Amino acid sequence: MDSEGSQKIAAVAEPDALLAPGHTFESVTDKISAIVLSRPVTPGWVFGALIGFGLLMLLNLVVTLLMIKGVGIWGIRIPAAWGFAIVNFVWWIGIGHAGTLISAILLLLHQKWRTSINRFAEAMTIFAVMCAGMFPLLHMGRPWLFFYLMPYPNPMWMWPQFRSPLVWDVFAVSTYFTVSLLFWFVGLIPDLATLRDRAKNRAAKIIYGMLSMGWRGSAVHWSRYEMASLLLAGLATPLVLSVHTVVSFDFTIGIIPGWHTTIFPPYFVAGAIYSGFAMVLTLAIPIRKYYHLEDLVTMRHLDLMAKVMLATGLIVAYGYATEAFMSWYSADQYERYMLWNRIHGPYHILYFMLITCNIILPQSLWSKRVRQSIPLLFIVSLIVNMGMWLERFVIVVISLSRDFIPSSWAMYYPTKWDWATFLGTFGLFFFLFFLFIRFLPMISIVEVRSLVHETAEEKAHS
Amino acid sequence: MPQIFHRSTNLIARVTIFGGALIVAALGFALYEIAMSPWYTEQNVTRQQPVPFSHRHHAGELGIDCRYCHTSVEKSSFAGLPPTQTCMTCHSQIWTNSSMLEPVRASFRDDTSIAWTRVNALPDFVYFDHSIHVAKGIGCTTCHGQVAEMPLTYRAGTLYMSWCLDCHREPAKNIRPRSEVFDPFYEPPSRSNPILVDGKEYTDQMAMGRQLVKDYKVKNLQNLEDCATCHR
Repeated sequence: MDSEGSQKIAAVAEPDALLAPGHTFESVTDKISAIVLSRPVTPGWVFGALIGFGLLMLLNLVVTLLMIKGVGIWGIRIPAAWGFAIVNFVWWIGIGHAGTLISAILLLLHQKWRTSINRFAEAMTIFAVMCAGMFPLLHMGRPWLFFYLMPYPNPMWMWPQFRSPLVWDVFAVSTYFTVSLLFWFVGLIPDLATLRDRAKNRAAKIIYGMLSMGWRGSAVHWSRYEMASLLLAGLATPLVLSVHTVVSFDFTIGIIPGWHTTIFPPYFVAGAIYSGFAMVLTLAIPIRKYYHLEDLVTMRHLDLMAKVMLATGLIVAYGYATEAFMSWYSADQYERYMLWNRIHGPYHILYFMLITCNIILPQSLWSKRVRQSIPLLFIVSLIVNMGMWLERFVIVVISLSRDFIPSSWAMYYPTKWDWATFLGTFGLFFFLFFLFIRFLPMISIVEVRSLVHETAEEKAHS
Repeated sequence: MPQIFHRSTNLIARVTIFGGALIVAALGFALYEIAMSPWYTEQNVTRQQPVPFSHRHHAGELGIDCRYCHTSVEKSSFAGLPPTQTCMTCHSQIWTNSSMLEPVRASFRDDTSIAWTRVNALPDFVYFDHSIHVAKGIGCTTCHGQVAEMPLTYRAGTLYMSWCLDCHREPAKNIRPRSEVFDPFYEPPSRSNPILVDGKEYTDQMAMGRQLVKDYKVKNLQNLEDCATCHR
C-alpha cells in the first residue's frame, strides 16, 4: 500500500475523473491487493463482522423456531397471508438488480465508470439474492420439501404447476443466482491469480491458486476470458429485466385489487434498479472512506450513481401515478377503494412515508451540491432503501388486508419474529460482505488497470 | 518462484469437474432406483400373518368368490375384512383339529378379532373407494395382482401415485366387462381369447376398453386426473 508510486498519486480524484491521476498498473494492483494480503485485521472490521455474525445467529434461531413451530410465529393471518416474507423477498431481490445492471448492461454499453464498482456491486447482488431466495422457501411452511418446486422425475408423476408464477419465480431466481455467480467468478479469475502470485502465506497461495484455476495470463486465456465475460454479460442482460418482471407477475396473476396495473413489470424493474443503486451507494460510501479508496471510487462514480437513482426514481414515481390513475380509470369499486384505502386507510402513514422517501426527498439529487456531498448522498441512499421496502409493504399488505368482503378484512401486524427474520437476513448479507471485503479483491484489479491504460492514452492524445 | 501445484493437478481438476457431474447423476439415479425398489415399496414382499391364510387355496383352488369374505366391496369404500364367523362357516366343519387354525378357533371362542397384518394400505390423505372402481369395471386383479396364485398375500403394486395415475389417465388399458370383475383368472381379450360384449367380439383390449369407458360412463377423463378426485 505504501509503495513509492503511491506518493505521487492524488489521494482524491478530481470530481469528473474516474481514476485519480498518477495511477500506474503497479500502483493499482498494489493498492487493491494490499487490502486482502497485507492489511492487518482491524478492530473496525472485526466489530462489523461480529455484528453481522450475531445477526446471522439470530437468523439461525428464527429459522430453527420456524421449522419447529411453523409460519404461525409470523404475523401472517388470513386475509394477509403474505406478510414480511414476501415484502422482504421482493426487496432483497430488487437490490440485487443494480449489480447485474452495472456489470452486464454497462459492459455491453461500454460504460467505463462500471469498472471500479462492478465487483462489489456483483457481490452485493449475489448476497442479496441469497437473502431473497430464503424467504419464499421459509414462507412455504415446510421448507424441507422445497424440491417439490423443481421438475424432477418422481414416483408421484407430478410436475410443478407451470401456470403458477411461483414456479416461474423458482426458475427466474435460480437462473439469476447461477448466472450472477458465474459472471462474478469468471471476472475474479485474473485477480485471484494476482493474489496467488503476490501471497506470501502458503495456505493463501494454495487457496487462491485453486480458485484461479491455473490462470497464467496467456493470450489464449485472455481471449477466452473476454469471450466468457461477453457471453455471460449477454446472458445476464435479459435477466436484469426478466427477474423482476416475473416477481411482478406474482402479484398480477392474483385477483387482489391494486395488483393489476399494466405498468407493473417495468415499474417493478425500475424500482429494483432504484433500490439496488441506493444499496450500492450505501455500501460504497463507508467502504471507500474506511479503506481510503477515494482515488478509485471517485466523486464521478457517486455522481453517476446518483443520476441513475434519480432517473429510475422518476420512473417509479410515474408508476405510482399510473397506479392511481388506473384505479380511478378502471371504474371498479374495489380498485378505487384500494387507492382510497392507501391514502386514508389504517396504513396511510406508510403510504405517505413511501411517497416522501421515494419521490419527494430524492428530488434533491437534481442539485449538484447534493450529489457532491457525501453525507447527503448517504442519507438519500438510506431513505430510498427504506422507501423501496415500504413500497413492497404497501403493495402486499394494504391490498391483502382489505380485499373484496369487508367482513373478512383484518389488520396485519408483524410479530417480533418477523422483525427477527428480516434483521437476520441483514446479518447474512453483512457477514458475507465483510468476509468478501477481507478475502477477495473488492475492486476489479484487471479492469481498473485497463482504465489506467485508457486514461493515459486519452491524455496523450489531447 | 517454485510452482505451487504439481503437474498432476491439471488432471485432478479435470477429473473432479467431470467426476462431480457424474456423481450427481449417479446419485440421482440411485435414489430413484431405491425409491422404486421392493425394499422400499414392499411390492411383491409377502407379509407374515397370524394364520398363514392362502388366497391361492381359497380363491384359486376352491373357487370361493372374493365377495364371500370381502362383503362390502360393492357398496363401500372399504372392501371389508371377514369376521372370524365367516371363517367358521366352513372351519367349524372341516380341519377342526388343525393346529394351524388354532388362532381362528381361539378368536371365535374368546370373541376377539384376529390381528391381520394389513398388506395394501393407502395414506389417509388419499380418498379411495372400492365400490366405484368395481362398478366401473375395474377388476380385483387389476390392482391386487394374481391373488388366486398367492400362497401368502403380498402387495402387487407400488401404491405410488404414479401407479394410480397410470390407470386414471388411460382407464381403457385396464377396464373389463362388469361380469368379469370378480374373476380371479380373467385375461384381457386377445386373438386366442376373444371377449363378447353386447354381441360384439373383441380381440383387442384397447378397442374393448374404449367402448367400455363410454358404455360405463366413466367420468370425464379430465376429472380422473384432478387433484380433488383423490385428495378431498
